[in-house]
Amino acid sequence: MTEQDRQRPDVAPGEPHDSLMSETISYVVGLGFALILTGLSFWVASTPLLWGPGVATGLVVLAIAQMGVHLVFFLHITSGPDNANNVLALAFGVLIVFLVMIGTIWIMGHMNANMGVGADLMNLQMQH
Amino acid sequence: MNFVGKLTWDSIPFDQPIPLMTSIVIILGLGAILAWVTLKGHVPYLWREWITSTDHKRIGVMYCILAFLMLIRGFADAIMMRAQQAVAVGQSQGYLPPEHYNQIFSAHGTIMIFFMAMTFLIGMMNFVLPLQLGVRDVAFPTMNSVSFWLTASAVLLVNVSLVVGEFARTGWLGFPPLSEKAFSPGVGVDYYLVSLQISGIGTLLTGINFVTTILKIRAPGMSYMRMPVFCWTSLAANLLIIASFPVLTATLGLLMLDRYLGFHFFTNDGGGNSMLYVNLIWIWGHPEVYILALPSFGIFSEIFATFSGKPLFGYRSMVYATLAICILSFTVWLHHFFTMGAGADVNAIFGIASMLIAIPTGVKIFNWLFTMYGGRVRFSVPMHWALGFVVTFVTGGMTGVLLASPPINFVVHNSLFLIAHFHHVIIGAVVFGLMAGYNYWFPKAFGFTLDERLGKASFWCWFAGFYLAFLPLYILGLMGATRRMQHYDDPSWQPLMVVALVGAILILAGIVLTGVQLYVSIRTRDRRRDLTGDPWDGRTLEWATLSPPPHFNFAVLPDVHGEEAYWSLKQRALQRGRISDEPEYQPIEMPLNSPTGVICAFFATLCGFAIIWYIWWLAILGLVGAFVIFVWYAWRDEHEHVIPVEEVQRLERERRRIRTELLHTLSQST
Repeated sequence: MTEQDRQRPDVAPGEPHDSLMSETISYVVGLGFALILTGLSFWVASTPLLWGPGVATGLVVLAIAQMGVHLVFFLHITSGPDNANNVLALAFGVLIVFLVMIGTIWIMGHMNANMGVGADLMNLQMQH
Repeated sequence: MNFVGKLTWDSIPFDQPIPLMTSIVIILGLGAILAWVTLKGHVPYLWREWITSTDHKRIGVMYCILAFLMLIRGFADAIMMRAQQAVAVGQSQGYLPPEHYNQIFSAHGTIMIFFMAMTFLIGMMNFVLPLQLGVRDVAFPTMNSVSFWLTASAVLLVNVSLVVGEFARTGWLGFPPLSEKAFSPGVGVDYYLVSLQISGIGTLLTGINFVTTILKIRAPGMSYMRMPVFCWTSLAANLLIIASFPVLTATLGLLMLDRYLGFHFFTNDGGGNSMLYVNLIWIWGHPEVYILALPSFGIFSEIFATFSGKPLFGYRSMVYATLAICILSFTVWLHHFFTMGAGADVNAIFGIASMLIAIPTGVKIFNWLFTMYGGRVRFSVPMHWALGFVVTFVTGGMTGVLLASPPINFVVHNSLFLIAHFHHVIIGAVVFGLMAGYNYWFPKAFGFTLDERLGKASFWCWFAGFYLAFLPLYILGLMGATRRMQHYDDPSWQPLMVVALVGAILILAGIVLTGVQLYVSIRTRDRRRDLTGDPWDGRTLEWATLSPPPHFNFAVLPDVHGEEAYWSLKQRALQRGRISDEPEYQPIEMPLNSPTGVICAFFATLCGFAIIWYIWWLAILGLVGAFVIFVWYAWRDEHEHVIPVEEVQRLERERRRIRTELLHTLSQST
């Protein structure tokens, strides 16, 4: 490592920057990524180019990418030092969200199956 | 154009004597207090030192006062229900009509959970956490004040429902479809929803504040594994607040969309599914149980260690058990609705998960017992509450394990057996914990101890009253009595209902005795001054400073070596025969007072009241006002005021003189 490198170490996108300029650039880059991903998901939903059943998968992939952009550029989650708290908080949040989501889908699915609300009836209600 | 929305003179309950008389008494009482404060010229003092204060100790005390008031309100509801059930059998309809009775049990649950238990615990955490961590305030002092005043705003709205309009008749969780517009067209459910939304925001801000405080600002040397257990359990409880309160806000928000804008999330028609509400609200509701219980476990851990004169047994296992409960509490919510029809396999998994929680809780119980084992136990008032807690919580926990078994749950769900169970654990753990903490930390907050004899009398009334009031409900539940009964036909239930009323009256005696204890202690405060700042021979840092602590808590942040920071400091001083060397004092920067919280809550109250009564111009005004005060606060120029070094030196030299005297008496006695 040269002397110059030591003074200006490589900074990850989420790390605090030493100058206002580079910080602004990092936010603008994040905004750009977010806009591109948003635009892409509208395009994916409306284009005839994609195989119909694959659209949902495409949207999920784009949504996860969007979350990644937000976490790195706006919420400053990095693998750098002094970031253990943020990463742990994120892990806790992800764990809870998964418990809540998977649990709810599982419970409500079983409930619908058991409580005699058949698929036909559900469809009927949805059409109202 | 309509300027008052749905509000008319009919909204005031002129035809119902009980709420009308209660409201008149409360309004006269409040008016008298306000007049007295104004005439005596206390308003500037209250405004400067309390209402706009950002000092965590002051805010903590205000939270506790609010919680005590709400304990009285919630208990009044409770004893009215007990009295009704003791007489409303067969031909007699009792003295409460059904629609009034339904409001009372809904208000009792809502007030006791949100505005008594939560408020009291947050008050304790506010007061104690920064002192135990050895720091000067919480991470965001003004936000702390905003949290408190938003809670007070919600409390105000709930109590306004007594005078203007009505409260919900839906039970404390407001299950749809009953709480939908079609079945509850009145303003009762709106009072419930709006006040919980406002207090929910306050609680979430508190959670963020405390988690940041515990993770980011601790005294030098206070590593995670050196934090007192109360800090750990508070950290877990506040993580649960951050994770679960948004779920509550979203769920209630969806119900508001149904009621206000004709959505169909939980309605019977239009593709709505009311069971989803039950699922979502318990995703918040079960962690909420641990948000209440965990800090209370922390209070007991401090008390067992202090009054046994020993370090807490199994500190590390206590921390791991706390974190295990923190995660497990998010995996068991279905046990609140086993009977809703998710089926055997789902019920089995959630039943087993629920029983698993008994393991870390059992670890804690054994740790507390082993802490006492071989110790020199002092049976002061806090220790009475702590021992009462162990007995009550173990037995209450056993009925919990019973209820966690789906087949048994199918038999006793929605019965008084369930009511008996959850009061058994919530009173046993949370209320006993709060009373223990109140007696334990009162001298730290006010500089004099509470009367021991009256404290013990209060404990015995509560303890005996609790068992008399709730053990009959187990039997009644097994006999088939359901919850939320305004009236019943079976005369064989009545004797047990009367026993339960006697128990409630004993609890009333306990509450009155707590009031008398406070009154007598204030009157005799000169004889019971805590001059040392360490009345219980404590082990954690809050006892290292004076009672009451100076505004800045610690003149110099304590340097922590090892667990039990203050105990090791004391031991070192005893060995050396003198206290630590006098350091170089620095001027201290403290956060400025700010009226942001109280103004913000003023507008929140306006906005909430307006939403309840469909007064849209006022709702917009309230929102704009709250936003303006936020912008004004964000653009402030001065953040802090400086306490000059002379002032710090004067207070700290006084403390050092007291501590040196204490050391001399201690070394002479040993």
